Amino acid sequence: MNMRTPLKNVRRLGSAKEGADHFWMQRVTAVANLFLGLYLVWLIASLAGADYAAVKTALANPINTVLLMLLIVSSTIHMRLGMQVIVEDYITGEGAKIICLLANNFFAILVAAVSVWAILKLSFGS
Amino acid sequence: MPEARSSSGAVNRPLSPHLQIYRPLINMVMSILHRMTGVALYLGSILLAWWLTAAAVGPDYFAFVSGIFGSFLGQIILFGFTWALLHHMMGGIRHFIWDTGRALDIESVRFLSMMTGVVSVTATILIWGAVYLAR
Repeated sequence: MNMRTPLKNVRRLGSAKEGADHFWMQRVTAVANLFLGLYLVWLIASLAGADYAAVKTALANPINTVLLMLLIVSSTIHMRLGMQVIVEDYITGEGAKIICLLANNFFAILVAAVSVWAILKLSFGS
Repeated sequence: MPEARSSSGAVNRPLSPHLQIYRPLINMVMSILHRMTGVALYLGSILLAWWLTAAAVGPDYFAFVSGIFGSFLGQIILFGFTWALLHHMMGGIRHFIWDTGRALDIESVRFLSMMTGVVSVTATILIWGAVYLAR
């Protein structure tokens, strides 16, 4: 049984009913991206000019598998939130805005899905 | 007195001046670049997904994609990607500092904005220099 008063349930949630979740998620993923982004730069730099066998071996390494998946999840959430703000800032027509927000969600999830598939195949595939 | 109305019927109120009215300031330029590099990285995520997919698909397709990334244009794009990532990263650190309520006076804002650009450009050149020298 919910013993909270109705006021307690809605306080701090604002008109969008999600409070500071957007802001907070953007910051959480930003902290993760700071470290994972530096890792990505290091990974790509270390594989510059490497042949296919070396790249495949490196990307099949479990540490790289896990870190790359974390990077993909964190960065696609971050970029989805960021693009959402840009759309809300510049697209004023209600219909166009909804289409852009939908496209933004689909794009971010598609990039994540394709990347995670590739990472998993490199890890578990023959 | 009747109010002036646009064709859509909205009242014509004075609008606040937009970007083109202001002289560019370092903090404003870095703020705009932060958003632009964010958009660039958003689109650049396709490149990472493509590279990972190529590695997952097989040696022939990987060689094809590596050839594109290794071409002159490909290297220019990857150089830009590196800078955009580092610039957005430095801008993010600046925002973390501001989130704590610190460094919001004019001098600190100017200094941090300046450093965002200086560090991102320097680090990009250093990383690419190191990679090219190591090869």
